[in-house]
Amino acid sequence: MEVRDPALELQRLHRRLLVALLLALVCFGILIGRFHYLQIVRYSDFHDRAERNRITLVPIAPQRGTMTDRNGIVLAENVFSYALEIAPGRVADLNRLIDDLANIIEISPADRRRFRRHLAEVKNIDTVPLKTRLTDEEVAKIAALRFRFDGVEVKARSWRRYPLGDTAAHVIGHIGRISGDDIERLEKADTLSRYAGSTHIGKLGLELSYETELHGEPGIEEVEITAGGRAIRSLSRKPPKAGKNLQLSLDVRLQKLVETWYGERRGALVAIEPATGDVLAFVSKPTFDPNLFVDGIDLQSWNALNNDPDRPMLNRPLRGTYPPGSTYKPFMAFAVEQSGVRKPKDVIRDPGYFALGKHRFRDSRPSGHGTVDLYKSIVVSSDTYYYGAAYEMGVDAIHNYMKPWGFGQRTGIDLRDEATGVLPSTAWKRQRFKQPWYPGETPSIGIGQGYNTFTILQLAHATATLANKGVVMRPHLVGAIEDSGGARVRERIAREVGRLDLKPEMLKLVTDAMVAVNRTGTGRIPFRGTGYTVAGKTGTAQVIGIKQGEKYDASKIDERHRDHSLFIAFAPAEDPKIALALIVENGGFGAQTAAPIARRVFDYYLEGKLPDDTELPWPTRQELEEMRDVPESSEPEDNDPDSLDAEAPTSVAPVATARRAG
Amino acid sequence: MLRLDTLRTLIRRHVLVFDPLLFAALAMLTAISLVTMYSAAYETPSRLDAHTRNLILAFVLTWVVANVPPALMLRVAIPVYVTGVVLLLGVAFFGEISKGARRWLDIGVTRIQPSEALKISMPLMLAWFFYHYDGLTRFRHYIAASLLLAVPVGLIAKQPDLGTSILVFAAGAYVIFFAGLSWKVISGCIVTGVAGLPLLWMVMHEYQRQRVMTMLDPTTDPLGKGFHIIQSMIAVGSGGLDGKGFLEGTQTHLEFVPERTTDFIFAVFAEEFGFIGACVLVATYIAIIGRGLVIAAQANNTFSRLLAGAMAMIFFTYAFVNMGMVTGILPVVGVPLPLMSYGGTAMVTLGLGAGILMSIARQTRIDLSNRHRR
Repeated sequence: MEVRDPALELQRLHRRLLVALLLALVCFGILIGRFHYLQIVRYSDFHDRAERNRITLVPIAPQRGTMTDRNGIVLAENVFSYALEIAPGRVADLNRLIDDLANIIEISPADRRRFRRHLAEVKNIDTVPLKTRLTDEEVAKIAALRFRFDGVEVKARSWRRYPLGDTAAHVIGHIGRISGDDIERLEKADTLSRYAGSTHIGKLGLELSYETELHGEPGIEEVEITAGGRAIRSLSRKPPKAGKNLQLSLDVRLQKLVETWYGERRGALVAIEPATGDVLAFVSKPTFDPNLFVDGIDLQSWNALNNDPDRPMLNRPLRGTYPPGSTYKPFMAFAVEQSGVRKPKDVIRDPGYFALGKHRFRDSRPSGHGTVDLYKSIVVSSDTYYYGAAYEMGVDAIHNYMKPWGFGQRTGIDLRDEATGVLPSTAWKRQRFKQPWYPGETPSIGIGQGYNTFTILQLAHATATLANKGVVMRPHLVGAIEDSGGARVRERIAREVGRLDLKPEMLKLVTDAMVAVNRTGTGRIPFRGTGYTVAGKTGTAQVIGIKQGEKYDASKIDERHRDHSLFIAFAPAEDPKIALALIVENGGFGAQTAAPIARRVFDYYLEGKLPDDTELPWPTRQELEEMRDVPESSEPEDNDPDSLDAEAPTSVAPVATARRAG
Repeated sequence: MLRLDTLRTLIRRHVLVFDPLLFAALAMLTAISLVTMYSAAYETPSRLDAHTRNLILAFVLTWVVANVPPALMLRVAIPVYVTGVVLLLGVAFFGEISKGARRWLDIGVTRIQPSEALKISMPLMLAWFFYHYDGLTRFRHYIAASLLLAVPVGLIAKQPDLGTSILVFAAGAYVIFFAGLSWKVISGCIVTGVAGLPLLWMVMHEYQRQRVMTMLDPTTDPLGKGFHIIQSMIAVGSGGLDGKGFLEGTQTHLEFVPERTTDFIFAVFAEEFGFIGACVLVATYIAIIGRGLVIAAQANNTFSRLLAGAMAMIFFTYAFVNMGMVTGILPVVGVPLPLMSYGGTAMVTLGLGAGILMSIARQTRIDLSNRHRR
């Protein structure tokens, strides 16, 4: 321990205080030196700059890039129109001025409210829009009377327009006014200065996910201003760099047609070119008009969209998760073979149910399908076959074989907020429900029922991978990016992201079975008389659980509780040009509403045929009865006193449970 | 007679509590502050009223704290520090995010920003620490003191709030320095720090480097952050030797000077009062700091000495960092100019700081007169 010597310590402290004082003096000395440099040495320079600082830098917002479809049809563009703007700095009584203007042209209370809001936001030398998109007549009226109003200007402004209205709205998205949250986000990313002078920013869809490319770089204009802050003349100008144009992979004609074919039905469809991953159609029904959002949506329209039970704002193919139902079986067929629990030629007897202890998982066809091998299991959609195979594989093996197809995974499409869905496994269940996996839950997984829920995008992606013989192409909506001069910045992208090891003989077997589905199986009626071969699979997803022993009768059930109709397909089967997956919410079973839409897509896309509805009608009532093979409940008989450790999956399934068959 | 005498003592004890020299310097600064704010807030007169109110509040605080004996401060040092750190932890876990940083804590009745309190309670705590181990200090005590300092500084830097964490760090570091940390260790720390800079540069992300570059050379981002600093340098430089005159600053009144009532108020002052005015202002700060250090030197126990020294140097840190950033020799971090910038929080902190100096000076006076009487 040091010997304590107070006098010495005090002396040391005094020395240190002196050092601190010296530090302060030196630092302030540096400051004084800096003042001297700025205020004496460089005085005349800064004096001139302050004088010239009647000169201000005005940012010029760049033109936003446009969007076109794969054939050059314009989806998003900039149009010019005139706006009535007011320079608040030059107006003594704003209210009186607006009242006076209201005598000449119509100015709505909403215009006034918006004006007030903008007024609070802008810096001093801007003009603030009072009324936008003036008609020619209004422009003429104001121009004629302008001498009466100081501080009123008619300015040409550029607006974002989506000429096709609600077509592909979920893909294109929309822009909107830059909000406080946007500013915070830009500040964090340190890109706020790129938005000097900009008023709008991408809010949804591709307008959001390609914001960086679309926006461009602002220019700077040096403007001389008066002491009052009014611009007198422009001195120099560094032009802005316009944003890049997007060419989508989407075929908007096809998109529009599909949206028409859905009519009032709700649902989602994704069509992909298997070889490239080009998304050809990305349909979400119902849809909305993005033009409403550009200038701030009014409360009434917003409430109407938000409170609509059909949820038009929901991006169904991207965010809606549904059980795949029997469309899962072709993919399961590969898993069955890969796991080795069945060889393709192995035959099981399908008595119409799969027994597990005293528990019976029932087939869609009460009498069963007789003897079934792998090929037949797809063609007739045998549930019994997959119940048994799935049970023997176990849920984790199924998970591991299905994951490479992209089930329960984000596909990486170029849109934000893609949903993942659920590809169940024991680990997932433990984490999600803090419960072990019960073996009795596994059979239903094999027929796309139980906890499985996927997006239609995932289903289409998996179908495209199958059509592409196991080569996984990342799906994308934007094909090429061009700069404003038209030069390609990025060529069409076809990005391989993985490769599934699929045996050629298995590919042939599954494809042939899927072709047979549309020749002799559940899809035969919608695909009568095609000039090409279609490989497909129907599916049905149950919305409400049907009680044991009760019969499903569509006519007696509230429309919103009817089954979802699903379909996956690719064509031509021998050299696929298009693969798709779709769902029609509450559309009944797979062949009922989904498959007919798929037929129309193929006819149009492959043969250029535009079917009018009389020539290619929806299936008749009698035909529907023929196709139907989903009579009663698929629920495990959990009223059995000796029941297994199975938990009834319907009680926890996130969206709905799938019913076997289809 | 006796009664009058008692009254006189009472007045001397509790009303005339101020150290005359320090008080004169602070009064001078207040006068400059009001004149400058009048000009800076010319277009927004309500600012001037609020600023005046803040100055009065700071004065009242100074007077109240001047009446608190240092012995009482010694007693509250630990609870105040612990409360501050607990609240900082609360911010880290439950704090509200605003403008990208987690600084505020909702305690039901109101929202508070605990990091601010640490500017005072940090040196208070360390002064207590070195007073407690007075004369026994070995290397491990400095390690312990560094930990006491590092925890709150780390928490504040993580929010992130660079300006406040620098001020809190500086406040604590002064105490450790005055307590006698050996020069070897100090120079070792400095060398390590300087040597570590290139290493830090190497591990930084590209965007972080970009940000540092903008900080060092504002002209690279003339529409963004660089705009502010360029305009404030023009304001200072165009002030020349004797300034453009009161209310005549074109940069100020054409609104080219950003944040002209808060962090950049020095630009307003230097534009209108020139090099001479700036020197007078710096001299005023030197008077405050110098007098504070003298108060520290004369105080009669370690606690008072260390605390007073740190308080004086807090004024230095604020003033130097602020004027350095406004004139473009230091990067822009949000540090206000003491008693000049608009803003209640800093005013409270500095009012407390001035009060602590006054209280210590008063205690020294009282002890001295007691000794004489004896």
